[in-house]
Amino acid sequence: MSDDPLLRCSDVVVTFQQKQTRTTLTAVKSASLEVGRGQIVGLVGESGSGKSTLARAVVGLQRIDSGSIVFDGKPFAARRRRADRRGVQMVFQDPYGSLDPRMTISGTLTEMIRRHTALRGSAVDKRCHELMDMVRLPSSLLTSRPAGMSGGQRQRVAIARALSISPKLLVADEPVAALDVSVQAGIVNLLADLREEVGLSILFISHDLSIVRTLCDRVNVIYRGEIVEEQPCAELFAAPRDEYTKTLLAAIPRIGGPRAGR
Amino acid sequence: MTASETTLPVIPPSAEVDARGTGWAPGWMRRHNLQLWIGGSMLGLMVLAAVFAPILAQHSPTEPDAAHALLGPSGDHLFGTDNLGRDIFARVVYGARSDLTIAVVAVIAPFVIGLVFGIVSGYFGGWIDTIMMRLADIVTAFPFFILVIALVFVLGNGAWSIFVAITCVSWVAYARLVRGEAMVLRNKEFVAACEAGGISTSRILLRHFAPNVVTQAIVYAMSDIVMNVGVIVTLSYFGLGIVPPTPDWGSMMSDGQQFLAGGYYGLTLFPAAAVIWVSLALSFIGDGLAHALRIER
Repeated sequence: MSDDPLLRCSDVVVTFQQKQTRTTLTAVKSASLEVGRGQIVGLVGESGSGKSTLARAVVGLQRIDSGSIVFDGKPFAARRRRADRRGVQMVFQDPYGSLDPRMTISGTLTEMIRRHTALRGSAVDKRCHELMDMVRLPSSLLTSRPAGMSGGQRQRVAIARALSISPKLLVADEPVAALDVSVQAGIVNLLADLREEVGLSILFISHDLSIVRTLCDRVNVIYRGEIVEEQPCAELFAAPRDEYTKTLLAAIPRIGGPRAGR
Repeated sequence: MTASETTLPVIPPSAEVDARGTGWAPGWMRRHNLQLWIGGSMLGLMVLAAVFAPILAQHSPTEPDAAHALLGPSGDHLFGTDNLGRDIFARVVYGARSDLTIAVVAVIAPFVIGLVFGIVSGYFGGWIDTIMMRLADIVTAFPFFILVIALVFVLGNGAWSIFVAITCVSWVAYARLVRGEAMVLRNKEFVAACEAGGISTSRILLRHFAPNVVTQAIVYAMSDIVMNVGVIVTLSYFGLGIVPPTPDWGSMMSDGQQFLAGGYYGLTLFPAAAVIWVSLALSFIGDGLAHALRIER
């Protein structure tokens, strides 16, 4: 049982019916990946490669056509129950769209806590303070609304919301892509720390290979809806096997690159 | 190389002013939300007049007094008297009671119906949206006034049928407005976060959608009250609205216009001014609210 990975996607297929052209678009075709307990697994690929769709399928926001998603030894049914939701939570790309502008931070966190735990009254407030500590935000922000908060702060709140119900797996869909480079490091370090502190497993989706390299244990490369390569992080960067991975790695700007000769 | 540098767009110094919007009000007015204050005071004055009508009016609004017909404005009759000798001031303030009450009450039902309709339609989309919007299309297919007049014709005169007729027709505007807002929200990631978090659909709609779409509906409601005042006054003008002798601005204008040629302007002028006063007040409030309720994303 404990040898099983926390998450195992097998041959997941997701298609969309195009209304206008009456054609079928296959966003994810036969993708398989695993996330082990306490691991941070990267999923990299270019725009439109199906990485976000696969992420949405893992958290249950996207129906899958075939294949299976097995979490913690049990396959997810087509319709998820509340207890299923508790195991996997997601952090989204756009920090400006992922918080309700009309709801205070404590409102956002409380909603989740009350839905999934037995905590009530002051215990909920205490939990909110804990969560703010966890994501390194001052508790004074609890009473404010997202307006006026920075992208980095918003993303930390989004992480706090995801962690509020102690999920085993966090799916982070490009969580730093919309942030300033100076803020990115803070979020990446936070995710790394959370793995140590609460034993969180993370499926980290990104197109930024340098971040994947610093954060992830294993990396999956997705191309046109298929996982083309899966390797431990160091090996993938040292010796990519797949042609696509090689071109992807070649696209990283290098020190000593073309500008160095000037 | 240098050519492309010199053609870089230069941000004009007035950009900051432009960013505040294209409304006609000057900056100082918007900073203190004077529109809301002016509109609120104007409407407040009218509402107070309506509430305290029995105290303010020295004469009965309905009792004819043939001996004092068609008098000009004086200390005793502030706005003069009409052809039956009734005090015009009394009729205007009592008219505010009937007209404003129906106008405001007739906004509540369409507001609620349209809000629910729009949120459900925008959130669920698909065939639910298609069916709901076809229903809205059917109502929109008829010209607004024609449909209201037809309904009042069927239902008969009186406040109640005006209320029903307006409700049947004007919910569509709210539904469309709210649906548009809801469709934008639908694609926001916080909605996906709620769904992934297992938050129930009813809670998503009530606690996340409703507060986010209600602002636009409230602002629209202000102009809708103006529209309702127009509808009531127009219907009454044509003899389809409030039943005489209950004072009402529309029937006052209708009754008074035959005396315009004789130089008795007061009969028409004062109720018309009241309509304009209320419309202006609500327009100011609408603009002011739009500004006050706007929230940064």
